[in-house]
Amino acid sequence: MAADSGTATGIGASPKRKEDFRFLTGRGTYTDDINRPGQTYAYILRSPHAHAEIVKIDTAKAKGMPGVAAIFTGADYDKGGVPCGWQIHSKDGSPMIEPPHFPLCKDRVRHVGDQVALVIANSIAEARDAAEEIDVTYKELPAIVSTGAADKAGAAQVWPDAKNNTCFDWHIGDKAAVDAAFAKAHHVTKLDLINQRLAPNAMEPRAAVGDYDRATGEYTLYTTSQNPHVIRLLMGAFVLQIPEHKLRVVAPDVGGGFGSKIFHYSEEALVTWASEKVRRPVKWTSDRSEAFLSDAQGRDHVSHAELALDKDGKFIALRVNTIANMGAYLSTFAPCVPTYLSATLLAGVYTTPVIYAEVKAVFTNTVAVDAYRGAGRPETTYLLERLVEKAARETGIDRVELRRRNFIPKTAFPYQTPVALQYDSGDYEATLDLALKMGGWADFENRRAEAQKRGKLRGIGISTYIEACGIAPSAVVGSLGARAGLYECGQVRVHPTGSVTVFTGTHSHGQGHETTFAQLVSDTLGVPFESVEVSHGDTNKIPFGMGTYGSRSLAVGGSAIVKAMDKIIAKAKRIAAHLMEASVADIDFKNGEFTVKGTDKKVSFGQVALTAYVPHNYPITELEPGLEETAFYDPLNFTYPGGTHICEVEIDPETGVTQVVNFTAVDDIGRVINPMIVEGQVHGGVVQGIGQALLENCAYDQETGQLLTGSYMDYTMPRADDVPSIKVATHSTMCTHNPLGSKGVGEVGAIGSPPAVINAVLDALRPVGVTDISMPATPHKVWQAIQSAGKAKAAE
Amino acid sequence: MHNFAFHRPASVADAVKAVGSASDGKIIAGGQTLLPTLRQRLASPSDLIDLGAIADLKGIKAEGDGITIGAMTPHAEVASSAIVQGAIPALAHLAAHIGDRQVRARGTIGGSLANNDPAADYPAAALGLGATIRTNKREIKADDYFQGMFSTALEDGEIITAVHFPKPEKAGYEKFVQPASRFALVGVFVAKTKGGVRVAVTGAGQEGVFRPKEVEAALANFSADAAKGAKVPSGNLNSDLHGSAEYRAHLISVLAGRAVAAAK
Repeated sequence: MAADSGTATGIGASPKRKEDFRFLTGRGTYTDDINRPGQTYAYILRSPHAHAEIVKIDTAKAKGMPGVAAIFTGADYDKGGVPCGWQIHSKDGSPMIEPPHFPLCKDRVRHVGDQVALVIANSIAEARDAAEEIDVTYKELPAIVSTGAADKAGAAQVWPDAKNNTCFDWHIGDKAAVDAAFAKAHHVTKLDLINQRLAPNAMEPRAAVGDYDRATGEYTLYTTSQNPHVIRLLMGAFVLQIPEHKLRVVAPDVGGGFGSKIFHYSEEALVTWASEKVRRPVKWTSDRSEAFLSDAQGRDHVSHAELALDKDGKFIALRVNTIANMGAYLSTFAPCVPTYLSATLLAGVYTTPVIYAEVKAVFTNTVAVDAYRGAGRPETTYLLERLVEKAARETGIDRVELRRRNFIPKTAFPYQTPVALQYDSGDYEATLDLALKMGGWADFENRRAEAQKRGKLRGIGISTYIEACGIAPSAVVGSLGARAGLYECGQVRVHPTGSVTVFTGTHSHGQGHETTFAQLVSDTLGVPFESVEVSHGDTNKIPFGMGTYGSRSLAVGGSAIVKAMDKIIAKAKRIAAHLMEASVADIDFKNGEFTVKGTDKKVSFGQVALTAYVPHNYPITELEPGLEETAFYDPLNFTYPGGTHICEVEIDPETGVTQVVNFTAVDDIGRVINPMIVEGQVHGGVVQGIGQALLENCAYDQETGQLLTGSYMDYTMPRADDVPSIKVATHSTMCTHNPLGSKGVGEVGAIGSPPAVINAVLDALRPVGVTDISMPATPHKVWQAIQSAGKAKAAE
Repeated sequence: MHNFAFHRPASVADAVKAVGSASDGKIIAGGQTLLPTLRQRLASPSDLIDLGAIADLKGIKAEGDGITIGAMTPHAEVASSAIVQGAIPALAHLAAHIGDRQVRARGTIGGSLANNDPAADYPAAALGLGATIRTNKREIKADDYFQGMFSTALEDGEIITAVHFPKPEKAGYEKFVQPASRFALVGVFVAKTKGGVRVAVTGAGQEGVFRPKEVEAALANFSADAAKGAKVPSGNLNSDLHGSAEYRAHLISVLAGRAVAAAK
């Protein structure tokens, strides 16, 4: 799509982003930019060991260091632990094991980076100096970091209550029906997969400022959060027992989250709690090294999958077994990621009639794992699209044809899958056809042959995916274990002169809501784009909100704003009817003007707004003055974006280097408000997907539990020269159950792309005999795969 | 970062004096390794002695059969120097590919050689070209200078003042970057000199930069194909997350061949 950054500002136009002036000129206000009078600085002393008993902590010398205001350890902390927001029940009906997670460790550390002491001083340098003088005696214990080995005999035990380190052992689907289908299968394709652990790496590291006001008894927490109201709920109600009316949570400008800033982190509770103890504001800012040891990480699934096909290549059953690593503690949404955000998508875009999945979650001596861009759907998409690809190779059916044969046809919606979800709309053939055309699928073999002349191995890979987002219908997720509702709140305040402030419970940390929502409101109310301001991120300003994650902001948050605007328009029509002495039923509203059917009478939206606040000529006995409305929107279903991603790579067989030379993403995301922002979201997601496929990996030492990739010296972030110019298009069917028809775009790039990349790598390596490779397909790994295939061939 | 006293002497003699009188003095010559180390509190010198104000240590000139580069000359200056590009284009190419723009603006050749990071680029050029390291006390041949990772022939109070590179007939440098840090996983410098073919490898060796004799032997005729055929033993090579010793050994031959093909 051509991003039109001209002067149009309505729905479907691409005005420049309102927020970019302050971001690009360094004028944003991030949490670390906030300084309160009398502020102190917190440094958190973290465990150097993956697993150890705390025998003794001696803080005497450290407390006497210059500038130190206080030092707290687990023995001093007198409040609650950080809760988990989602409860899963095991096959046998028993609830998951929920170990306590205190912000400061009481007697044992369970991962490198676990929190041992909080040092508060007049400067961060003094806090660090003092922390160096704290003498902690540890008794080291054996550690377990391996996902696949955590539940095996002999593994170190992370929690006494979690036997075999098992948090839960869950399943979904009809096992008997799946077994029966496999028994009569014409062909079975089997695959073992690892979806490796990733570090989220938002550009802005986490930070928090706690500020207790003795005069009012009110606490304020400034924090890098994607959902300030959720933090207020979790920290206020569960950790510190501060009621909502005495706790304000502000998430100002936030520099990226990718999921990692959804969760309530113990540092937030610590600075809030400590600010009351030291009677001064307390600021904590993570540095990059600390982020690697404390931000919840993503993915980390080990799976075995089996697909049963009949003689025509129709999928007749799917069976999956996954072990998911939770890390040492249960982060806010961790249990739902491998279960309800992952296994429920196993039908993919296919008509597989019966599916059975088992998911075991395990504790290990590693940083907690939770939702990271895509959260569960990238894992499932990777599994399915690798499996389908392998089935095509094994059966000899063309890989595009095999997908087509099994697509849910566009006439079959709404479509009930065998794993709980009901898809509302989609047209998988259409996105596939467009992607094949844009990606030059038909003449690829010419490019392969040309590359071969240059000594390069060229390959092309495809992934046809679906995801579930627009999170989420409260009653549904409640029945699945969510401990909160997942509606959204929008408030529209029309000012007397007709300008508008929109308050949304979603949170923008790079997505451009200040622009997109302003387009939506401007277009709907007929007021200028410049006259709409979007406000978010402060629990004292915004009535309520569940925040931004799961590609929900437009589909759920935008729908709440639409509902609030419906109320505004309904009231404004009554005011307009009064002004024009007409019946409300005869009032039409279009392009910012109220007209009376069959007459040339009209009043502008601005006139109505002014009348609402200066009600001299006003139906005061039947209507309140003012023009401000609030709406809550609880979605009726998830939304289901989907599409086709095609990747083309070139591999240097001498060095194993893979270069992504072409990438095409055709996504069905429902109604598009701002095509430029959509393109940007897809670009970012695809780059993260290429990062997972080729570059990124959180590696722990299997013996010591030390994080081996704890800085950018060893953790490979994608850079500009790692990615090609990405071709993006949308081909949308409308979401049928929300007022906008929008499905969500935040995560599709990261969901659809990894299998497209790996399928391309394997397509390139097929001529040299390589049939499997794990992510990330680093040069070293690709070279090794080529060597082993060569040796195997030589041995034949 | 811990506190330290900061000195910015105007002469080498004053720098030596400042180092000598500090309880734990450390020279800073660009700081591209030292500063991150200080920030992570992995080093806490009492005094930092910055060589940045010593005019005598800067600049590039043609001298005798080659070129001489002042120790405090930043990488960006070497990369863009017409003298270097004219005499030893491979050296300009190498300097142009060290780190990123910021590193090349601050980092210096003297700092790099004094630090002798096992994955740094300049040691490969110095050893590959048979350079001479000049200090305030003496001249040291590259073959004698490098003594293992982060270890050199420099003595206490000895400061590199300049590096002299003899002009080769041809030379080339190929770097295969470690994907995350983009330091050399393996970097190979090849030079056809009056005294024969010299090859130096950085990034791969457990003892830092070294001359792989198998490759030098194969390269008697300076042929790219011969280099690729050389079998490099992996026994003394590094093995880590980003590459096994066998992979590094393989890359040495491949890169040597590419460096020869690209040599100018």
